[in-house]
Parts: sequence; structure tokens; C-alpha cells
Amino acid sequence: MKARDTDWDGVRLHVVTGKGGTGKTTVAAALALALAAGGRKVLLVEVEGRQGIAQIFDLPPLPYEERKIAVAPGGGDVHALAVDPEEAMLDYLEMFYGMRRAGRALSKLGIVDFATTIAPGFRDVLVTGKTTEAVRRRGKEGRRVYDAVVLDAPPTGRIVRFLNVTNEVAGLARMGPIKNHADLVNGVVASPETAVHFVTLLEEMPVQETLDGLAELRAAGLPPGGVFTNMVRTSLLPAEAVEAAAAGRFDPDELALGLKAAGLADGADAAAVASALTEEIVEHARRTELERQERASLDAAGRPRYELPLLPDGVDLAGLYELAESIRTQGAA
Amino acid sequence: MNERTGGHRTAPLLDLDAIIDDRNTRIIVCCGSGGVGKTTTAAALGLRAAERGRSAVVLTVDPARRLAQSMGLTELDNTPRPVAGVTGEGELHAMMLDMKRTFDEIIEAHADPERARQILTNPFYQSLSSSFSGTQEYMAMEKLGQLRRSGDWDLIIVDTPPSRSALDFLDAPERLGRFLDGRLIRLLTAPAKVGGRSAFKLFNAGFGFVAGTLTKLLGAQVLKDLQTFVSALDAVFGGFRARADQTYRLLQAPGTAFVVVAAPERDAMREASYFVERLAEERMPLAGLVVNRVHRSPVSGLSAARSSAAAEDLEARGEHELTSAVLRLHADRMQLAAREHREQEHFVSAHPTVPIVQVAAMPTDVHDLEGLREVGELLAGRWRPAA
Repeated sequence: MKARDTDWDGVRLHVVTGKGGTGKTTVAAALALALAAGGRKVLLVEVEGRQGIAQIFDLPPLPYEERKIAVAPGGGDVHALAVDPEEAMLDYLEMFYGMRRAGRALSKLGIVDFATTIAPGFRDVLVTGKTTEAVRRRGKEGRRVYDAVVLDAPPTGRIVRFLNVTNEVAGLARMGPIKNHADLVNGVVASPETAVHFVTLLEEMPVQETLDGLAELRAAGLPPGGVFTNMVRTSLLPAEAVEAAAAGRFDPDELALGLKAAGLADGADAAAVASALTEEIVEHARRTELERQERASLDAAGRPRYELPLLPDGVDLAGLYELAESIRTQGAA
Repeated sequence: MNERTGGHRTAPLLDLDAIIDDRNTRIIVCCGSGGVGKTTTAAALGLRAAERGRSAVVLTVDPARRLAQSMGLTELDNTPRPVAGVTGEGELHAMMLDMKRTFDEIIEAHADPERARQILTNPFYQSLSSSFSGTQEYMAMEKLGQLRRSGDWDLIIVDTPPSRSALDFLDAPERLGRFLDGRLIRLLTAPAKVGGRSAFKLFNAGFGFVAGTLTKLLGAQVLKDLQTFVSALDAVFGGFRARADQTYRLLQAPGTAFVVVAAPERDAMREASYFVERLAEERMPLAGLVVNRVHRSPVSGLSAARSSAAAEDLEARGEHELTSAVLRLHADRMQLAAREHREQEHFVSAHPTVPIVQVAAMPTDVHDLEGLREVGELLAGRWRPAA
């Protein structure tokens, strides 16, 4: 497949993280669609057992199995996989030891409870292991099966711990199969084939978490990707009006005249509606100013930045394609 | 209980003042999915309770620096710190759960120094005590129990960990308890007690098979570390499950009030629904639902449709550009409000008796006590969006 001129050429594993409530799963899904556009094959992976992908694509819950869930614009397929740690462990046992039955016995004994409760590092190794296996997997002619894999990853606060599996299991397993497996995972995750993207809103807390997350990622030697600013509202008002409102100088008289001209209100009523609308404008102006500051903080981080519009009716399938298109035109895919 | 107006269900109003003023309320648990303003809600409730005369402590698990700053604390640590600037008779303390410290303290309190050292340096213990899943939930509950037993406060407000799903929080103590009392633990501890891996032979062929599998999977050293860890921990905790059960009963007690926090968005409301159902199943006392960040318009009489049509008309005539831009802005706002209303209606039709209070979206984040006070006012239901 010919490389496209995008910001992430050569990246095969796109890890998408973000603070809760920022629309991480939505952006991961839209990115998968965008990457698949024009005849590619992309795998979208979720790991937190929430069935978020099924909900977004309006499908029944996904099994632990790679299946085609959507067709991208201009041909191209998005496949999806909901990784279940227990099943991933059975896979792992079968793949490396041919011991599926023994694995079932371990499951019954609560070994998976063990992995998630006592040593979450093991759980993460299993889950990232399954994901990186899909990245590396080759078909009959030696070509990679997936052109790209998009991972809807845990939230920003947990992402470095999640990806830094070698480090996580180092204290637990200094040698042996788990360590080898973790090293294999690390070979993919810490390579230029991977990019960790952040999803944020133009609000203080998510922006701060994004900046903290980027710093943490760099410190851990993991490859940072782009910053996707989600749910951006386009400002409809002329800049002068916004400035005036922010400074408390917005004059409602002109608005009252306009309301009369539009036949929405008359006389004293027009003045009252205009002054009530002014409240709305002032609030909008304050938010616009705040968003400007947050944008500046994000820009200072020096990562490629993409803005995705707020969909007024919420995210449905059509909206998802709209976001995918926006991701493509901005060069992220 | 619910009234019907114009064909729409109206949920009863959640009266949080009545709850914090009731001296019998001893614990308030704020729960909900991530990013809905749980921690801010907990802090604002704490401040309001203190200023209405309670001696309150807020226990947060979310390391939000800004929230600490808003309470005038440079940082929050594992010890309750007094919050300055609280007016009135009551007082407010705040603390942030340090999960590893809390766990270490349990070990130090219950084991002799040598055993404590063994546990604290074990790699499994270190992974368990500093990881984010499961332990955090359990330690939050442990800390809650400690604060309750101390008797130093008459109201404890706790926010729950930012779990992948809010439900983990209820499962964690049970899961940890079940695990530590379970067959696997007995299997792993038994050989360590009689000295070394060979003891697996004492078991029947099935167990030997499992032990072999574990060794293959984890490596011999890991298995040994694990056995040491589990037997040491087992000796310290004995009835771990009993502790988990105690925590559970504390939460079911009449002095506890669960406040589910959500934002008027599909995922958050769906999570809130699950949580309400789950609390009912577990017979946990639900106070009601807080819906944060609700948008409204001071001009709710002017609909999105009329506003857009008028804007279109002005644009077609090439007049009053500013007015048409303002009308478009207003239409967007009304559309957003309508969508938020729909998301909440789904919840209300499924749970018509659950009291709700809505909190208006604020243009900026909370930075100081004044900001928390303002949120407190809104939580007390001082704001009802126009119908």
C-alpha cells in the first residue's frame, strides 16, 4: 500500500488516550475510519470491557473476535476487537504452549481474578500483547494483515503504566515467559511504529492532564503522537462583538433593532429579549477567552494538533464519518 | 411522588441541604463515571455542610491539584488537613487518599516488624499496593472505615475512584476478599507453609497440573515470590473477607447516603442508570442524582427553530449581521439544552422516583472557596432551569 502524505506515515499502532468524558472512544473510532479510507484495512481495539465501540457503531456487543464492523469512504474496512483479558490469556497459553485446556482450569481457579487484582501489570501485558500481535501479524505473502491498528486505551492517568509493561512486570518477572512476552510488546510500543494520541477538550482540567500525560510519556521513552481537541464549538460571532462582550461593553440596542427587523419582538419586549441574549453573549465571550488560553497552552506543548467539531445532535454514525473526514483533511490520517 | 407536567415526567427535587443538615447522615458517597465533576461535587458538599454547622471531612481519591488549591491547601496528603476560610460554627478537613501509604499502614499495624518488612519489600506487594485497579477502591473503603471509627468528624464525604466503570467501586472489596479467601490462595499458600515448591506433590494430580502450568506461565521465581507474598499477607489479614463484609455493611447502614453524579450526556447518564439499579440491588441507600454542567438559556422562550428561521431571514435580506449571528448562537444553545433534556428524560422515565438536582454549567473551573460555595448553592437546588 502506497504511503499517504499524512503526519503519521509509518505509524502502525495508534494509541488513543484522554481524560474521562473527552470522547476518547469516539475519536479512536473516527481515526480508524479515517485511516481505513481509500482501501486500507484497520483494526480498532478496545480493552476496558465497556463495549464502547459497539455502542458507537450501533452494533450488538462485540465478541472476543476480530470482525468487520464498518466500511470506510472510498473502500477500506474497519475491523473491531474487544479484548477480554481472560480470553487473551487463553490465547497466550495456546499460542506459546499449546495449553488451552490447562488455561481453562486456571480460569476456573480464579487466576484471572488474580491477574487483575494482585498484579494488574499482568493484565496489561495480556491486553497490549494481543494488540501488538495484531500489529505484527503477517498474512501468507508476508504482508502485514492490518495497515494500522487503533487502540482505544485506558484514560490519561493510567496510560503510561498501561503501555510501560516491561517496567510494570520487571519487578514481578525478571526472566521467563512473561518477561519475554513483555519485551516483545515493548518492542512495538516504544518504537517509531507507535504514536500515543491524546484527546482533550478546551477546558482547564483535561488540558492540564494532557500536558502532564505528554511529559510522563516522554519521561518513559514512549512515542507521543498528536493532540485531538474534541467538541470544538465554532464561534459564530464577529471577533469585535466577542471582545466587546468580554469587556462588558456589548451594546444591546443594535441587537434590539435586529430583533424587531426579524419580527421576533417589539418595543420594550425587544429590549428585554436583547438584554437577556446579551447575557448569553457575555458567557460565550468568557468561554471563548478561556478556550483561547487553553489552545495556547496546548500549542506550547509542540505536538501536532487537530480540532474536531462538536456535533450538535451528539455522535451518531453519520457524525462519526464527519469526524473521520475532518481528521483526514487535517492530515492526521 | 412524581408530578406530571405537560406530558413530561418531572423527577422529584433532590434536597441535598436536608441531607447534610440531618445529623443522622454520617457518610455521603459521591459516585459516577469519570469526568462528570464528582470530586468538585464532594468538595462543594463538604464546604456547604461545614458552613451549615457540620464537622465534615472530604476524602478524595482524585489527585486534582487545582481542587486542593481551591481549598487553600498546597497539596492534599493522607492525613486530613484543616481548610481555612470556612465561615460559621462547623469545620472542614480535606484529605487525598494515598493508596500505598494506607496499605503500608495496615501491614505495619497488623504484622510484627520482620513479617511487615517481608511483605513491604515483596515485588507482588509493591505491584498490588501501587497499582490503580482494585486496590484504590479497597483502600478508599478502608480509609473511610478508619475515619468513621475515629469519631473525629460527624460527616464524611467521599468521592469514588475514577474507575473504568463506576461499578468497580462496589465490586472491589468483594473481589479482593473473595480472592484472598479463595481456592487459589489456599493452593498457593499450602506449599509455602511446608517449604518449597515440591510440596505441590502433596496435592492430587489436578493440582500438580495447575502448579506446573503456573510455573510454565510465570516462571519459578515468580511463583516463589507469589507464595511468600500470599502466605505473609494471609497471616496478617486472616479474615480479609470479614473486613470486606464490614465495609459493605457500613455502606448499607441508614446513616449513609449515595449521591450519583452525572453530566447530561448519553454515556454518563447510562452509567448513572446502571449505578442506581446496582445500588438498589445491593440495598445501598440512594439519595439521588446530581446532574452537573446543565446548559440553559436566559431566553428559553425563543426556540431554536424560530431563532434559526429569523437568522436565515435576516441573512437573506442582508441586514443586521450581528443579530443573525447572535440568533444562530442562541439556536445552538437551545439545541444543546434540548439534547441534554432528552438524555435526562431517558433516565427519568426509567427511574421516575429518583430525586434529581441540576447544576448549571459554569463558564470557568472552580479556583477557590468562593467557587466551591457557588457550586454548593447550585447543589442545594437554588437553580431550576425554566421549563
